[in-house]
Amino acid sequence: MDAIRRVLSVIVLNEDGVLSRISGLFAGRGYNIDSLTVAPIPKTNLSRLTIVTSGSTAVLEQIVKQLHKLIPTYKVIESGEFVEKELALVKIPLSEDFNGLDAMLKAYNGTIASSSEESIVLMVADDYNRIDSFLKAVKKYNPTDIVRSGSVAMDL
Amino acid sequence: MELSGSQMVIEALRKENVSVVFGYPGGAIMNVYDEVYKQNHFKHILTRHEQAAIHAADGYARATGEVGVAFVTSGPGFTNAVTGLATAYMDSIPLVVISGQVPISMIGTDAFQEIDAVGISRPCVKHNYLVKDAKDLSRILKEAFYIARSGRPGPVHVDIPKDVTAQIAHFSYPSEIKMQTYKPTYKGNPRQIKKAIEAIAAAKRPVLYIGGGAINSNAAEEVREFAKICGIPAVETLMARGVMGDANPLLLGMLGMHGCYCANMAMSEADLMIAFGPRFDDRVTGKLSEFAKHAKIIHVDIDPSSIGKIVPIDYPIVGDLKNVVEAMIPLAKEQIQADKYKPWRELLKRYNEIHPLRYEDSNDVIKPQWAIERVGELLGDKAVICTDVGQHQMWAAQFYPFSYPRQWLSSGGLGTMGYGLPAAMGAKVALPNKTVINFTGDGSILMNIQELMTAVENKIAVINIILNNQFLGMVRQWQTFFYNKRYSSTDLSVQPDFVKLVESFGGRGFRVKTKAEFDQALNDAMQSGCVCMIDVQVDRFENVLPMVPAGGTLYNMMLEYKE
Ligand SMILES: Cc1ncc(C[n+]2csc(CCOP(=O)(O)OP(=O)(O)O)c2C)c(N)n1
Repeated sequence: MDAIRRVLSVIVLNEDGVLSRISGLFAGRGYNIDSLTVAPIPKTNLSRLTIVTSGSTAVLEQIVKQLHKLIPTYKVIESGEFVEKELALVKIPLSEDFNGLDAMLKAYNGTIASSSEESIVLMVADDYNRIDSFLKAVKKYNPTDIVRSGSVAMDL
Repeated sequence: MELSGSQMVIEALRKENVSVVFGYPGGAIMNVYDEVYKQNHFKHILTRHEQAAIHAADGYARATGEVGVAFVTSGPGFTNAVTGLATAYMDSIPLVVISGQVPISMIGTDAFQEIDAVGISRPCVKHNYLVKDAKDLSRILKEAFYIARSGRPGPVHVDIPKDVTAQIAHFSYPSEIKMQTYKPTYKGNPRQIKKAIEAIAAAKRPVLYIGGGAINSNAAEEVREFAKICGIPAVETLMARGVMGDANPLLLGMLGMHGCYCANMAMSEADLMIAFGPRFDDRVTGKLSEFAKHAKIIHVDIDPSSIGKIVPIDYPIVGDLKNVVEAMIPLAKEQIQADKYKPWRELLKRYNEIHPLRYEDSNDVIKPQWAIERVGELLGDKAVICTDVGQHQMWAAQFYPFSYPRQWLSSGGLGTMGYGLPAAMGAKVALPNKTVINFTGDGSILMNIQELMTAVENKIAVINIILNNQFLGMVRQWQTFFYNKRYSSTDLSVQPDFVKLVESFGGRGFRVKTKAEFDQALNDAMQSGCVCMIDVQVDRFENVLPMVPAGGTLYNMMLEYKE
């Protein structure tokens, strides 16, 4: 069966060990984590995790149920519409020929986040497949370092 | 009220009406033990190994349905307890286990007897806590008991650093619990229940598949009534033995790897399976693609993650089994005609006549099955039956005549050798007026043999019956069947003198080679009032049959073994 990609937004109590409960659940039961981000939800005792995972329909159903089963889990949002964004940072040496870079950044709503004597750092925030294609396109500038944040998602 | 963390533990147990705690002290939990010494609300029983403390609490919990409680110290005390936690977790048994931990300031320094206890227990408990401040302790202990016993029950582990046990803080034990994130569903969805009843009414060959959930939910009475109203034949898992009562004409028997032929055939030929709190263990289902192939499935379970985990379910009902079956009964009375399934019941009866559970008795040597049947004849419902793990466990499940829930205590999910004696002690402490029998093997009994001391010291008169085949019998059986009789590391013919062994602890021992000696020994053991060991020399090469080889199909059982 083909693995289906799934974004899960998981709201949990922001308490000691909650992240290890979740990562342990995925590791222990052999589920995939493609990316995982976590941050507290302002003015609450909760945190939001965005987990990108993949698996068969049956596995995805189990993942959601097993997440629910954890005592500190408040909510698992799995369906419906998400705005999903990911951030990528790309370091390019100044020695490269920047011809066309401006246009590309514009196309991807990117910016130059930082520069130094040797390199510049580009920043792009977009959905994950747009990030994929940006990273493909930017290859011709021979990036020396690429960092992806993993997806964050908000349900609509 | 201002109390130390240790005093809070005692107070919380008092509020929870805990009457006995099993445990073993050590540096990190000494403050708590000092308070144990000063109180008289509960009895503390010192086991001789931490694993046994957890199993004893587990036996207590299984026998009563109440939360079992145990104390252990940090480091090795805790790691010794892990098998007990995992055993309870796999079988959904409510426990609260409190462990000592090194002081907070030393956590993470590889201090003496420091181990990441919550890190280790996480995958084998329902929930766990590392207590960082004594002011949280009353809430945490309240939650621990609540989580352990509610929803799908399970063990909860509370790890308390030594400085927290000394810290003085305000204590007020919450009378009510309110958890923002944990709310088990008890009531089944009425629409789903209605659909399930319609499916039953439409079925021709329905079968009730009863699991351990029926015990945990105390639903035996409702399940029996439901089965009777509908006239639907039932099969029980290992964990559910006792739910229907073996005298019940609707009970076909245990299903699965060592289930009886008619139970497994019922599953294979059913057009509707009504699953009441089982979990579709691989030892039950055999090869999944062939499992109950013709059946639509109704699955009632309090744990949503249990539903659809192994096989797709047509009619899922999340809820407490007792509650759900109560709601099903009036609908069943209106809509279901028990007569309709008569041909199906007759067919299954014929299956049972063709291939009943059986063994070949002998006059020369005691057959292990005979010993179990004999105890059943002599004690029947007067005894609570515990087991270790192996052939003797399967024979006990097959041949003891169970008549009520919680009469049968056995490690099903984890299959923990060494469970029997300590669990039997826990059960006997809970039910002092019952005879408690532990059917064990010459392998398993040695895994917690030190508990004879606990039993002698505390006058816990459990009767251990060793079905002594001088083998790790179950493994030997697999070697006979599947490994061309290469008996790698399973021959136990070098063994202690079990009679002298138990007597050296201060209990009574009996060696039995004949049926007459067996009856005499059992009788003497019953009279002795102390922990006993009956070493029964049984046929060494007896096999547990019938059998579905691992990964085989339920309808294709090995009914006999031919050389
Ligand atoms: C702690 C543990 N170790 C190993 C096993 C694997 N195992 C399952 S049954 C068995 C043999 C048990 O032998 P015995 O207690 O003599 O019982 P018998 O099968 O002979 O009745 C073994 C080794 C287990 N279940 N538990």
